[in-house]
Amino acid sequence: MTLFASQIVDGLADGAIYASLALALVFSYRSTGIVNFAQGEMAMLSAYLVWQLMAWGLPLVPAALISIAISFVAGALLYATIVKPLSHASLLTVVSVLIGLYLALNSLAGFLWSYTIKALPSLFPKAHVQFGSFAVSVETLGIIGVVGLVLLLLYLLFETTKVGLAMRGAASTPDSAVLVGVSVPVMLLIGWGIAAALGALSGILVAPKVFLNPTMMFGVIIYAFAAATLGGFDSVVGAVVGGLLVGVVENLVGTYIPWIGPDLKIIVALILIFGTLLIKPDGLFGRKKVVRL
Amino acid sequence: MSLLSIKGMHAGYGARNVLHDISLDVEERQIQVVLGANGAGKTTLLRAISGTIARQGSVEFNGARVDQLSARKIVAAGIAHVPQGRGTFADLTVDENIRLGAYLRTAAEARQDRERWLTFFPRLRERLSQQAGSLSGGEQQMLAITRALMLRPRLLLLDEPSLGLAPIITQGLFKTLAAIRQEAGMTMLIVEQSANLALEVADSGVVLESGQIVLRDSAQNLAGNDEVRRIYLGYE
Amino acid sequence: MSVVVKPKLPASVRIAVAAAIAVVFLYIIPFAIPSYLVSQFATVVVFAVAIVGINLVTGFGGAITLGHAAFVALGAYTTAILVVRYGWNPYATIPVSAALSWIAGWCLGFPALRLQGLYLALGTLVLSITVPPVLKRFDAFTGGVQGLNVGNPEAPAFLPLDDSQWIYFVCLAIAAVLYIVARRILSGPLRRALVASRDNQLVAAVMGVDRATVTTATFAMSSLYAGVAGSLYAMIVGFVSPDTFNVMMSLSLFVGAVVGGITSLNGAIVGAMFIQFVPIWASDIDVSLGGLVFGCALIVTLVVIPAGIGGIGEQFFIWLCARLGWVEGAAAKRSRTDALGGVRNEPA
Repeated sequence: MTLFASQIVDGLADGAIYASLALALVFSYRSTGIVNFAQGEMAMLSAYLVWQLMAWGLPLVPAALISIAISFVAGALLYATIVKPLSHASLLTVVSVLIGLYLALNSLAGFLWSYTIKALPSLFPKAHVQFGSFAVSVETLGIIGVVGLVLLLLYLLFETTKVGLAMRGAASTPDSAVLVGVSVPVMLLIGWGIAAALGALSGILVAPKVFLNPTMMFGVIIYAFAAATLGGFDSVVGAVVGGLLVGVVENLVGTYIPWIGPDLKIIVALILIFGTLLIKPDGLFGRKKVVRL
Repeated sequence: MSLLSIKGMHAGYGARNVLHDISLDVEERQIQVVLGANGAGKTTLLRAISGTIARQGSVEFNGARVDQLSARKIVAAGIAHVPQGRGTFADLTVDENIRLGAYLRTAAEARQDRERWLTFFPRLRERLSQQAGSLSGGEQQMLAITRALMLRPRLLLLDEPSLGLAPIITQGLFKTLAAIRQEAGMTMLIVEQSANLALEVADSGVVLESGQIVLRDSAQNLAGNDEVRRIYLGYE
Repeated sequence: MSVVVKPKLPASVRIAVAAAIAVVFLYIIPFAIPSYLVSQFATVVVFAVAIVGINLVTGFGGAITLGHAAFVALGAYTTAILVVRYGWNPYATIPVSAALSWIAGWCLGFPALRLQGLYLALGTLVLSITVPPVLKRFDAFTGGVQGLNVGNPEAPAFLPLDDSQWIYFVCLAIAAVLYIVARRILSGPLRRALVASRDNQLVAAVMGVDRATVTTATFAMSSLYAGVAGSLYAMIVGFVSPDTFNVMMSLSLFVGAVVGGITSLNGAIVGAMFIQFVPIWASDIDVSLGGLVFGCALIVTLVVIPAGIGGIGEQFFIWLCARLGWVEGAAAKRSRTDALGGVRNEPA
């Protein structure tokens, strides 16, 4: 029972990380209809940036905040320089360019920081909190707390501010957004910036667990894809619920189904993605798409 | 001086020119209606005014040239465009749609105006927290108009407000438009297929044919014009 | 619309071109270059086979696949397991690989191709990432991380060839057959059905083309190409291990297809050379350079020459024929999009 409970809690913490990366995917998808295949690599670079800033002598927390801020700018720049010019390009072109970006960013990290693994310290102390009979690590609680806080901030941004409302309008019906005086490109720019910042957060949270290396986001991005697909690629709530679900399921499967075990956990992502796409292609929370031919 | 004055306007899509040498004046506090068959260029005319497509020629609004401005700047200058098919934000609630209409204005102004316009459209008040996509066609049209009014525009461009609506709903809608003009002194340029209803509330009108204005007159004369009656009103 | 001329070479020129191609593939590559390069060229030929598969499904079928290494792995492991565990003759495994990967392609394509383009790209990418862990997990069968030692097939004693020349010729013969098959597929009515359903689903449906069936069949066919490539690959390398067939291989094949020209079958060989030799040269300078070059090549190709190197070559060839007057009597009109290809973005 204790094992089960701690697997659930650990699953929620992993899930929170997947959720933030899945949210990043959802933000870029909602605003521009593009699945950013390079999102994970951008997050990996953000995590490396924290390491670099610390190597230059900054403490962890400011380094993390600066990295997130720089990631926001980088995401906005990516939109302005690459995504926006491609807005009328074919799907093949868009996918190819993003795959190209993925390959290039991955190699860039290897080039700048080499392929040997590096340790990024955790934001949280190595301690445990005792709840009756079972202990939860501070890191687990901290991850859940930080992601929860960020989600709350995002909720406030989108539900209570004018800019948030305009961003939702621009993503939903860009033609009408122009007619009420909203600058759609600026809103999409901010959307891609937020996506990159969320990705950076997931990278910084996961790096202490998996160590810094150019392929560190591989496992994470797969689960984030699964989370976004499960929740529905255009649903913010779906990304969060999907992320948490994927995290918990992944942990439970790895622990309780010996046939799969920790090595083959990744197949959970594959099954979830194909299962969702076959049974309910729009995901649990996604809007039903009406295809106009 | 006219509120809106168009001289020698050409507009179209890419290489295809739809409007040829259009000149049109809309007087303050007047309702002017644009009649014409499908493909005559009515929608293009509104789009050219609101700057959502490329256009040449001069457009003066409130004494200032606006033909070089972007769609967003034209909105800010006080021209609100209710597009064909309404263009409501289907994912957002009715209230959010209305608030987004006031994007360029302060929150205090928005609250005040919202109350004012909702008195014209009481149906919307009952549905404030509903998703706009779940509204009926008539309610969506009301919402689109309310959203446009929230900009506190000087000129309202309406593209086929009756499209897809039952005749009784259309009738009510035009009555409300007339009331809004009466009380708020709003100037309107309305593109319409239901010519008889539109001419009832309008002061004047023009007839577009193949991208050119072929007839302009008072609404009363147009409604009595044999040609117009035959082609657009369905009388023999 | 642009007038596209159909080249018709004089017999003498045609013979000369064929002879030149034959000299390059049958003499220069196997006999005139250093021996270690011969087996690398065998790999190039094998990659070209897999890339032709991608040309079929992505270039003409309009379905973006980022996971072809999964089918290459299927073919390679079919050969390896049959040879190592059951003592089969390696050549006899090739039809089995072909059949298995065709079936796998059909099974996977059937659900996946009903999905929108982006989801298919996503699904195949994830599939490709899952392959190495699955191979490692079933180690009793696949040999796990250690892999399986297939061994290189030896050249028959009666031929004056060394082993790498022999395997090169084997690959070349099979590739030639598959190339001709692909050509035939794309010159028949299936080409029109494919291009129609790629470019406008509604029109295709009205014309009686069932997009799902057509693309699923194409996907299965392209998986077969990848599977055969996998079998041959296992024979060239003489060894299979899970991490060979990782997502990098999938993306490399994709890069090769785009750089060579997504609708250019002739470009497949150029793309294959690109993905075979560029990483080798680049890693002499820096380990990370290969990926950087791949990424940039992908982006630059699409921006500068969307038709790819092969596509540009074909256009040049046609232009040259037109200049020299080597054309068929009636100039056929064909839409430019058909010649250039391109997967349309569906309006949201």
